[in-house]
Amino acid sequence: MSTLPLLKVNDVSKFYGSRIGCRNVSFELYAGEVLAIVGESGSGKTTLLSCLSTRLMPTSGIVEYHMRDGQYRDLARMGEAERRFLMRTDWGFVHQNPADGLRMTVSAGANVGERLMAVGDRHYGNIRATASDWLQRVEIGVDRIDDQPRAFSGGMRQRLQIARNLVTSPRLVFMDEPTGGLDVSVQARLLDLVRGLVHDLGLAAIIVTHDLAVARLLSHRMMVMKDGAVIEQGLTDRVLDDPREPYTQLLVSSILQV
Amino acid sequence: MNDLATYNFAYLDEQTKRMIRRAILKAIAIPGYQVPFASREMPMPYGWGTGGVQVTASILGPEDVLKVIDQGADDTTNAVSIRAFFQKVANVAVTTRTKEATIIQTRHRIPEEKLSEGQTLVYQVPIPEPLRFLEPRETETRKMHALEEYGLMHVKLYEDIARNGHIATTYAYPVKVEGRYVMDPSPTPKFDNPKMHMSEALQLFGAGREKRIYAVPPYTDVVSLDFDDHPFEIQSFDKPCALCGAEDVYLDEVILDDKGGRMFVCSDTDHCEDRRACGHAGHMLARKEAAE
Ligand SMILES: Nc1ncnc2c1ncn2[C@@H]1O[C@H](COP(=O)(O)OP(=O)(O)OP(=O)(O)O)[C@@H](O)[C@H]1O
Ligand SMILES: [Mg+2]
Ligand SMILES: [Zn+2]
Repeated sequence: MSTLPLLKVNDVSKFYGSRIGCRNVSFELYAGEVLAIVGESGSGKTTLLSCLSTRLMPTSGIVEYHMRDGQYRDLARMGEAERRFLMRTDWGFVHQNPADGLRMTVSAGANVGERLMAVGDRHYGNIRATASDWLQRVEIGVDRIDDQPRAFSGGMRQRLQIARNLVTSPRLVFMDEPTGGLDVSVQARLLDLVRGLVHDLGLAAIIVTHDLAVARLLSHRMMVMKDGAVIEQGLTDRVLDDPREPYTQLLVSSILQV
Repeated sequence: MNDLATYNFAYLDEQTKRMIRRAILKAIAIPGYQVPFASREMPMPYGWGTGGVQVTASILGPEDVLKVIDQGADDTTNAVSIRAFFQKVANVAVTTRTKEATIIQTRHRIPEEKLSEGQTLVYQVPIPEPLRFLEPRETETRKMHALEEYGLMHVKLYEDIARNGHIATTYAYPVKVEGRYVMDPSPTPKFDNPKMHMSEALQLFGAGREKRIYAVPPYTDVVSLDFDDHPFEIQSFDKPCALCGAEDVYLDEVILDDKGGRMFVCSDTDHCEDRRACGHAGHMLARKEAAE
């Protein structure tokens, strides 16, 4: 594993007019590392994730990515074609609402196969075999390969979205509240699955959540945000068991009471 | 004949023709790329091929000889009225014979007879955007063309095979033009796709309602999309044309009676007549002659 960080984030701020989205965020993410971003509603989690994943342009600051060729690239200076290529090959993005990340009117197999076709795979049999394999890995019956996600439950849709993202073996996956709208039992199963995949594939991931239990289960490291700023960061167990900031203490204790 | 004087030659005013010609030139310069143009109201409904009519009106000169086909035939309502329209507003010579025509306006077919240099084929296109069926956002489809992101086209073909066991798309079968732009050949049968490849004739496509013009210049690569293990294939027919005996042509089914009698005949009526005039006969014709 490389000793150089995969992602270098330096003093990133995003303003919506005069309103702060996030401010002065700096950190580094290493290959295979899972980072959770936690904080209350409106604290800037989604804004930060969007700035990191190039879905939003930061107002100031630099995000650099360690490309497969070994070079660091400033994402803001990358051409659109290259950036979109990166997003659908080396990255994944798992939306809270699966409908935002899936094509609801094409089959599960085509949803998983789309990225392969986008990078030039032209063998139907191979694409289908890879799609079947991925459906199994996310615990969707292979007999559902020709069904559209419209016919899937919320949990299945989310698992399909994950398969669709992982099929090109990305190195970095962004997730915004991946267990958001799901029942508790469905959440637990999905979290187990994500944890297994991240571990097996050696994925780096940045997961936004307001659920500290999700952070505990999935992440190595976490960042706590408040009013757009990161107020505390460290190893997940350390932050949750021994929070230093009064706000984090409040957050942790209020969750534990629930 | 007084009302003729109120029209400019070929109906459109010169200003509009220049605008459309500029779009056509741009389309020829970037094969397969959809050029927006300010589509005009024509004295016919959109479904009647106003895009093709505007393209024809803009390139038509007094010396041209015009042929108009619909489903391969010169005598269908749509073809007859478009031909009559240009006779009235441009007073050009018209023909049903492919080789005599300098401009052929078509919906649905490419003539069986090989086109040659100097001829122009004008297609009436209802939906020019091949990516539309999976990506309804115009801003996004434009970006996909610009960045050559065509994975979605294969998603559609994948779905076809998953559902039918083979690529079941038979009309408007997508092609890649000169190794760059993916293009919808309009509602022609895929049988005609190979005719577009390296054609000696200029091919122009006009979509009136969607306000787009695109082109395939002569001698341009036109490749039908497919998978390695499901290669592109054209339709094949079990029997030759019942009237002229032609093989390797596109056939239409004709119902003969209400007892299930039917025959398959050339969809290209001019081609069929031409062959019969040369003495070729299919089994229906031979039978009729024997009876007489
Ligand atoms: N498009 C926008 N325009 C203006 N302000 C915005 C926009 N998006 C977010 N904001 C503001 O930026 C701040 C951070 O919002 P953000 O969505 O990043 O928070 P969040 O932590 O993801 O919240 P939640 O947990 O509710 O999803 C909030 O004050 C929000 O109102
Ligand atoms: Mg959010
Ligand atoms: Zn015939």
